[in-house]
Amino acid sequence: MNKKSSTIELHLPSRLGYEKIAMNTAASTARLMGFSDERIEDLKTAIAEACINAIEHGNKLDETLSVGVILSINERSLEVKVLDTGSGPKHDTAAPDIDRKMHEEEQARGLGMFLIQSLVDEAEWVSSPQTGSYARMVIHLHHTND
Amino acid sequence: MQDKDTQVKLDQVECGSGAPITVLRFAGDITSASQPAVLGTYQKLPPETKRILLDFSKVEYLNSSGIALIIQMMIAASKHSQVIKTFGLTPHFQKVFTMVGITKYTSLHPDEKTACVAFAD
Repeated sequence: MNKKSSTIELHLPSRLGYEKIAMNTAASTARLMGFSDERIEDLKTAIAEACINAIEHGNKLDETLSVGVILSINERSLEVKVLDTGSGPKHDTAAPDIDRKMHEEEQARGLGMFLIQSLVDEAEWVSSPQTGSYARMVIHLHHTND
Repeated sequence: MQDKDTQVKLDQVECGSGAPITVLRFAGDITSASQPAVLGTYQKLPPETKRILLDFSKVEYLNSSGIALIIQMMIAASKHSQVIKTFGLTPHFQKVFTMVGITKYTSLHPDEKTACVAFAD
């Protein structure tokens, strides 16, 4: 793949299952960029979770609204933005407490943002109630575990 | 686009001298749409079931909602003093299960034979 910067944009209907299109597009892109299989699997899960959040919580499953996915490629990293029309998620990237879940003191669900935060090198959620919100994720080609 | 349906096949396997092990063999996708397949199948198990093995080797797509269903199954199993062991997860999902903490309540094994033997531990 040409090492110069380039961008890929997708517009997905707000229907569960369509997150796989973003996931597979990102995986193909990351493969062309030379990411390892392990990093590609991390990215696939992170993007799927971001799209599911956008479909369910941002666009509230309204199929007339689309979820935007923008993949920005440069020599050192792949950035993915997942955009919806909502006002942004409540920040809940804390590690799940499995004991509290097992004792039914918190919901079994609610793992998505934690997984996103844990699986990519950079993650942020930008809330813009007027114009919509987005999740931004970045993975670097030369990953460090610092 | 539709999710690939969740298929769950029930098996029983003998291992050593203990009671038979009930195996739930998942295939396809495990997502929020999988509740009837995952929890519905679990709820139909006879009450005397004590040893349960989850086979993920034919799962094509698993997301956080699907993982939450597995946690719900583990909650129910714990109430019935059932032991759950797991095999067939990809290295990526072994990592995810570990990150989420599920490995505190189920052990992950590389294959069915190893998982069955682990019930004797």
